[in-house]
Amino acid sequence: MNRETLRVVVLEELSAIAPDIDIEAIDDRARLRDEYDLDSMDVLNLLTALHQRLGVDIPETDYARMHSLQDLLDYLESKAER
Amino acid sequence: MQPPDLERRAGDALSPTLADYDAVRATFSWGQARERLAGLPGGRLNIAHEALDRHLGTPTAERIAIRFLPREGAPVDISYRELTERANRFANLLAALGVKPGDGVYAIAHRTPDLYAAALGTLKHGGVFTPLFSAFGPEPIRSRVAIGEPAVLVTTERLYRRKIADWLGETPCVRQVLLIGEVDEAPPGTLDAGLAMSAQSPDYATRPMAPEEPALLHFTSGTTGRPKGAIHVHEAVVAHHITGRYALDLHPGDIYWCTADPGWVTGTSYGIIAPLTNGVTLVVDEEEFDAERWYRILQDQRVTVWYTAPTAIRMLMKHGPALARQHDLSALRFLASVGEPLNPEAVHWGRATLGLPFHDNWWQTETGGIMIANVAGMPIKPGSMGRPVPGIEAAVVRHTDDGIELIEDPTETGELALKTPWPSMFRGYLHEEARYRRCFVGDWYLTGDLARRDADGYFWFIGRADDVIKSSGHLIGPFEVESVLMEHPAVAEAGVIGVPDEVAGETVKAFVSLKPGQAPDEALRREILALARRRLGPAVAPRQVEFRDRLPSTRSGKIMRRLLRARELGLPEGDTSTLEGGRE
Repeated sequence: MNRETLRVVVLEELSAIAPDIDIEAIDDRARLRDEYDLDSMDVLNLLTALHQRLGVDIPETDYARMHSLQDLLDYLESKAER
Repeated sequence: MQPPDLERRAGDALSPTLADYDAVRATFSWGQARERLAGLPGGRLNIAHEALDRHLGTPTAERIAIRFLPREGAPVDISYRELTERANRFANLLAALGVKPGDGVYAIAHRTPDLYAAALGTLKHGGVFTPLFSAFGPEPIRSRVAIGEPAVLVTTERLYRRKIADWLGETPCVRQVLLIGEVDEAPPGTLDAGLAMSAQSPDYATRPMAPEEPALLHFTSGTTGRPKGAIHVHEAVVAHHITGRYALDLHPGDIYWCTADPGWVTGTSYGIIAPLTNGVTLVVDEEEFDAERWYRILQDQRVTVWYTAPTAIRMLMKHGPALARQHDLSALRFLASVGEPLNPEAVHWGRATLGLPFHDNWWQTETGGIMIANVAGMPIKPGSMGRPVPGIEAAVVRHTDDGIELIEDPTETGELALKTPWPSMFRGYLHEEARYRRCFVGDWYLTGDLARRDADGYFWFIGRADDVIKSSGHLIGPFEVESVLMEHPAVAEAGVIGVPDEVAGETVKAFVSLKPGQAPDEALRREILALARRRLGPAVAPRQVEFRDRLPSTRSGKIMRRLLRARELGLPEGDTSTLEGGRE
């Protein structure tokens, strides 16, 4: 799965959890917590959804690394390459 | 360096502050507890005097009051003397701005040192301090400002622009907006408080307050109506101080970490006041929950007393024991938990993984301080909230036609009640005298929590007597959420309940019925969810929204949340005699 497809999937799951985010205008580098008001429950739900959708194993110890959409895509991309 | 096991033993040698619960309880009086405070001439006192000024001229003045851990970079140490000076500068700034004693100061900001200086500076000046959770959306902030009518808002530039600027013009009461933290460019009508504080004098004579003068206004949620502003007075510090000693086992010099945000009552009573009056070093982390970071903090800061919450503990449990064991947690001496009942597995997990059990305790916004606790000097009963702290008499009561009666049977559930008064008891709900009076029957304050008391005198939480939802330890009023859902033009009715969640305890779930001609499709569902999140913020908004053709309501049109919940969870429906149209 290339990065563009991955991005589409992540944004779909993100907007299911937080439809208040304008995903057309999302800044990939912004902190999801600060700029888009995601809290830890939202992040937990997002990563669980991505795990189910992509079949990618995301250990809980890695959760804290995903501050921005870019972090999330970098992480998922590296997992998908393996 | 000592091997960790020896250090642990050295820590254990420190005897608990409440080694003999029964003996202390038998002789305890609030008058004696008050004598432990410094006080001010003429029987006056001030919470900030006990937290800061009393330590000046003692060795504690140069002790670290706050060890601030920024998101990135090195820790910043602030001594008791330095924190006092910073709070003094804030108090002087309030004075310079014409803020009067008794005026309200609200803070909506994440954790940085100036938030603590603002809280303490407000108290020094005789202002009434209200913390609001920074993850609130604009609506919970706006409604609480409308109720409390503060003269000053303390916030950050980012939060101001995102959550406050749009509506502030409608609230003429707010005369000043003070921005703490980094300010790029103070928007019109706001002031860069950091800069302004630096121009003020570091000396300020803390205002001596009458014990019954208001100091804190904490908002909490009920089943119906608006949020309630619980008023607390300066006298409350008597309870903050002694319960910090007894229930959290605070000893001077402890390294103490309270993970609760100062936006909630725990983060104020035990995240600012009690630790400072007890002369401990307070660890303040700017970042939100992150398991690895948290273990690193416990290890690197040599935390000795840790006060946290079931949601966080359950998240750590999900990470498994390996991560914990990679860290040296040998400095820990006492672990406590609050916010919702801690499941017994979590108590055992603490013992097995961290080497110490968690001590669960119970209190609420209205009680101002810890009321019931598993304390250091007595056996923990996992799953129980413990026994009443010295000075507090608790009971389980049943309602009768003409009042209440005490329940003695250890198997019977009733409403948890506390014998009045105690120093940190709330003195009113702001502007709602009738609502306040309804909380009391005779000498007893009725908590709204259902509990039972076992034969050993330990209390066990059973549930809430009303419909409030407890998510991640925070109370959420269903009415506040329903009101926002009803703002959507397609929504006819809304009912909001808590559904069990393995991490958060409960999460908020909304049921809505639509006006005629509206199609219950996915696009509309997302629109409603988006509205709720934008207006309420993630901490209060529902995580799930479901459509129903109609919601169960009474003949008088009130949504029966209890029935919604029973149906959702497959519980017995109970009495449905008031249901509109009878049983469906």
